[in-house]
Amino acid sequence: MRRSVYIRICVAAVLLLLPLLLAALLSSDRLATQLDQRNLAPGLEHLFGTDWLGRDMFTRTMKGLALSIGVGFLAAVASGLIAGSLGLMAATLGKTVDRIITWLIDLCLSVPHLVLLLLISFVLGGGVKGVVVAVALSHWPSLARLMRAEILALKASEYVLVAKQMGRSAWWIATRHMLPHLLPQFIVGTLLLFPHAILHEAAITFLGMGLSPHQPAIGIILSESMKYLSTGMWWLAFFPGLCLFVVVRAFDMLARSLYQFVDPARFQR
Amino acid sequence: MRATRMLMFQLIRLVLLLAAVSIITFALISVSPIDPVQAYIGADMLRVGEEQRAAIAAYWGLDQPPIERFLHWLKAIVQGDMGTSMIYREPVLEVIKDRFAHSFVLLLAAWLLSGVIGFAAGSLAAMKQGTWIDRVIQWYCYALSSTPAFWAGLLLLIVFTVWLPIFPVGLAVPAGVSAEQVTWLDRLYHMVLPAITLSLVGISNIALHTREKLLEVLGSDYVRFARARGEQGFLLWRRHGARNIMLPAITLQFASFSELFGGAVLIEQVFSYPGLGQATVEASTRGDVPLLMGIVLFSTLFVFVGNAIAEWIYRLVDPRIKEGYRHET
Repeated sequence: MRRSVYIRICVAAVLLLLPLLLAALLSSDRLATQLDQRNLAPGLEHLFGTDWLGRDMFTRTMKGLALSIGVGFLAAVASGLIAGSLGLMAATLGKTVDRIITWLIDLCLSVPHLVLLLLISFVLGGGVKGVVVAVALSHWPSLARLMRAEILALKASEYVLVAKQMGRSAWWIATRHMLPHLLPQFIVGTLLLFPHAILHEAAITFLGMGLSPHQPAIGIILSESMKYLSTGMWWLAFFPGLCLFVVVRAFDMLARSLYQFVDPARFQR
Repeated sequence: MRATRMLMFQLIRLVLLLAAVSIITFALISVSPIDPVQAYIGADMLRVGEEQRAAIAAYWGLDQPPIERFLHWLKAIVQGDMGTSMIYREPVLEVIKDRFAHSFVLLLAAWLLSGVIGFAAGSLAAMKQGTWIDRVIQWYCYALSSTPAFWAGLLLLIVFTVWLPIFPVGLAVPAGVSAEQVTWLDRLYHMVLPAITLSLVGISNIALHTREKLLEVLGSDYVRFARARGEQGFLLWRRHGARNIMLPAITLQFASFSELFGGAVLIEQVFSYPGLGQATVEASTRGDVPLLMGIVLFSTLFVFVGNAIAEWIYRLVDPRIKEGYRHET
């Protein structure tokens, strides 16, 4: 059981690091327009084929993935920090703050996710910044709710009450009794945000918000491929999407495997 | 009596929610660095002089301070006027009504499809717990939840319109046919692929949820007794399983309107389906502020209605909830 979890973590980590490594190694020359190499089907020379300008799709996909992973990671971490601090504030700063934050969470969840993403990135005028902020500002509610509930449950738990009775200081209780329980939950919760973050990043770049067409982001590659689908160039859409799927799946697997260490009871079934 | 009270509470909540959403949206848009005049004119910007610019700004009321604009907009909206869409040159309400009529059929079809398939798959997985069927269904659900919906749409397009040309490439009606000649069969035919793709978005959620719940039920004492009496298979599922898990599944399905709408935005873009989702993308990429605000409010209403229906179903079916309402209020 434990060994299979380790294996899964290793596989996922390799799958995530591979595109980053390849993106750094592959030279940008292969992105140059080469009109004599246009529209080639996948082969040994061009693993994922070439596009209508003769650009190597493998290089484009890997660079796009690296960009997506970077943006997704940044957004997920920012979102996790928002969620953590709001959850903490709601659970500790009294009823009024709790009510305001709970209301904010409900408000955020009451607008469809994608509409919220589009609205925020529109307001920020698109660009990498717009995408990161939009994803960061729209993914925190579920984790914030979880952190709030966890802290409230801990505050009412017997061992914390006993520690209080024994005269331990608030700092002692927070660092010795609560943090060891909350920190892993928080880290894994943030990791679990990542797959969503990267999928939504791809989605809004696909819709044309955000990154400029020259940046090889997965969303942009896929949206460009739409124009060439009817000519039968399936590889333009198939491989970049597949790679995105693999990365998202790998990260999801990684986070879930780590969850098994943090909260084994949930995975007994 | 209590029913009317519940309805009242829901209405009050809805009004407060819409008010909060519109204030926040308006505030966000007015601090935005985007120049709506420039967004409206687009590439012709160089050919437009200062005077023309000012005239356009005045025409859309953009030369007034934000607070005034908001009050103006609010006053209009209470009277049922959401302003005029910049790109469609039509009242926002008309655009939304028109577009949603197209989207509604698509959303409904996908919603039903994902509900039925997800429920069946989840039930099957739980009844066959631990077998390869269970593992395949679970793997498939996790895979689906990591699949970008628009990519799935692109793959279906490649397979079913390019390789095996049995479905049309996109749009809600055949090209080059006048509106009167379009039959509902045409519409249905154009809707098949988008609806299937959109249903993929919801399946994994409902299937995994149903599986969990059914496993809980199957572990209960009454199912153990039923098994001891010799009940098994489909009959056991129908008598003891389905009845207990149907309600939470339906409620979950109604509570998933938010993802459904988001999925429709992506999928309508892939299939160039002229629904509300496509209008959302157009409005946000081309800076049509009145339309965008209208859609934000409308989609909030849409999600709210889903959640409200879920509450009502619970109330009608489960008498304990009714009691709860009395204790609370």
